[in-house]
Amino acid sequence: MTIEVKNIVKKFGSFAALDNVDLKVDQGELLALLGPSGSGKTTLLRIIAGLDWPDAGEVLIDGENALARGASERHVGFVFQHYALFRHMTVFENVAFGLRVQPRAIRKDEATIRARVKELLDLVQLDWLSDRYPSQLSGGQRQRIALARALAIEPRILLLDEPFGALDAKVRKELRQWLRSLHNEIHVTSIFVTHDQEEALEVANRVVVMDKGRIEQIGSPGEVYDNPATAFVHGFIGESIVLPVDVSGGSVRLGGRPLNIAANGAASGASKLFVRRHDMQIGPAGSGSLEGAVRHVRSFGPIQRAEVALSGGEGKTIIEIDAPRDRELQAGEIVSLQPRRYRIFAAQD
Amino acid sequence: MSTQSSVVTSATELRAYAPTADLTVSPPPSRIERARPRTGTSPDNLRTEPGPVRFIIISLAVTFLSVFVVLPLVVVFASAFSKGIGAYLVALAEPEALSAIKLTLLVAAISVTLNLVFGVIAAWAIAKFDFTGKTFLITLIDLPFSVSPVISGLVFVLLFGAQGFFGTWLQAHDIHILFAVPGIALATIFVTFPFVARALIPLMQEQGTQEEEAAISLGASGLQTFFRVTLPNIKWGLLYGVLLCNARAMGEFGAVSVVSGHIRGETNTMPLLVEILYNEYQFVASFAIASLLAMLALITLVVKTVLERRLDEGQEPRDH
Repeated sequence: MTIEVKNIVKKFGSFAALDNVDLKVDQGELLALLGPSGSGKTTLLRIIAGLDWPDAGEVLIDGENALARGASERHVGFVFQHYALFRHMTVFENVAFGLRVQPRAIRKDEATIRARVKELLDLVQLDWLSDRYPSQLSGGQRQRIALARALAIEPRILLLDEPFGALDAKVRKELRQWLRSLHNEIHVTSIFVTHDQEEALEVANRVVVMDKGRIEQIGSPGEVYDNPATAFVHGFIGESIVLPVDVSGGSVRLGGRPLNIAANGAASGASKLFVRRHDMQIGPAGSGSLEGAVRHVRSFGPIQRAEVALSGGEGKTIIEIDAPRDRELQAGEIVSLQPRRYRIFAAQD
Repeated sequence: MSTQSSVVTSATELRAYAPTADLTVSPPPSRIERARPRTGTSPDNLRTEPGPVRFIIISLAVTFLSVFVVLPLVVVFASAFSKGIGAYLVALAEPEALSAIKLTLLVAAISVTLNLVFGVIAAWAIAKFDFTGKTFLITLIDLPFSVSPVISGLVFVLLFGAQGFFGTWLQAHDIHILFAVPGIALATIFVTFPFVARALIPLMQEQGTQEEEAAISLGASGLQTFFRVTLPNIKWGLLYGVLLCNARAMGEFGAVSVVSGHIRGETNTMPLLVEILYNEYQFVASFAIASLLAMLALITLVVKTVLERRLDEGQEPRDH
């Protein structure tokens, strides 16, 4: 099933939670809505589910106007951050709920319902918990039951609101891979909301980066990481070094000193230079366009992270760079730095 | 041996769903149950107050409760049985007494039922929706608690009395509200309205709307959501509210006294009859009825304790 969102506007009082949002989700996609809190991603998800209503705009599910139907008629599976399992029902009854509340005319008989619930509990590998109550389960188990419950109604689309947000880091990582493989198996068009970039990049086919009620960029995980469309995306995804620079006539200056890099068509004026930590080439003093003193070096895994105090310019600018382990760095050493890959965006504020 | 602690872990290894990958999902952060530190010193030494002070404080509390709560209760039962159990039973079997008991039960049944429905609706509206005037509505629900019951009764006299707002119209249509069951029921409903709503609002606010949203997204209708999800979640709170509502409905004196008209054998509820009999020096009969009300209070107290325990249990298993 496809989902199409057109010109959605949603205001809470004078605060615009969603400001003219357009989005198209293709059949079978696993899409991530990524953004900081308050970016409107959960609101967008709730509007698609029918749990919130937009002030303007259209929502089409499979080409059909979804806003003409209430949440109970949209046939949308929704998984909540805090699971929202029915606390007075067993795991089995939780999963069976969607089947039991169907109109009498299409409701399955008890044996079919039991078989279906069993099948779903097997799918999420928790059939041995079917007589427990939600309060007796761990967070990861609860979330998988919530997913089984949502899948019971054979939803046209699956929406997950920060599905792993309430879990601890280890469980979260495992459930991520599990969701990925589950999606490979059942191929239902899915959208999940997250503020965790790693989660979005690792799980989704496509990532929608949102900020302040607007979509900043839509693209594959590789695209949004390697070719951020805006300063916000560059700053939000991956760790970046940000330096205030001046662009004039194709040359880039930092605190008055020219940097030996091309402006790449950036407009003249106050700008920001974004460089990934590992894209800063380290060389002997005098070999690059930036220079600084190493203040501190920490080594872990394949990299060493160095704190460098840039010399020149007004005040002291301290940046963190990642260098390969084979380049010995000492605290106090003067090094030169040269951005290998970088982006320049106009400074907005 | 100073501190004992036991770590409870449920080592549950789960197979991963993906046939290719071999993942394990670790158990939840284990709950660490710590036993209280057991030290060599006697527990008495750990208390902050010296023995005599503790003794005085406890005796003061016990004396106060005995004089103001236990003693009156004893007096009620002692007076009721002062002429033997025979006289007690005869007093209760009087037609006037029977009619008062019947009327009290009837009024309680009506007002508890209606307040159950309206209380749930009001609590639902307040806990689950945001609307303008919500704070005003919450204040309004508390109004019966802050108004003297006599005034509450008087309001109905002003509305439905012969000189009242609807008086002429009611007389023309031969409808009796004052000095009849409807008036007594109305006054009781008014006075007891806050109990159910008050018991439910904090509970429903605490539970939020997520389970309802989940039910709706699974295709449940509004009624299905209410009866299958909301109601089971609030049932202990609801019973608690109903219990207190019932106790007050049966025991209400002031408001009912104003609207009842004290027609013997017709519009006297149990509390009213107690007063009438007492004023007529029929002490055994008066205290016999009073003993029934006292017993109601005792039963209410026991059930209330049980319900409070259930409510606490219902709240406990939530971790976010």
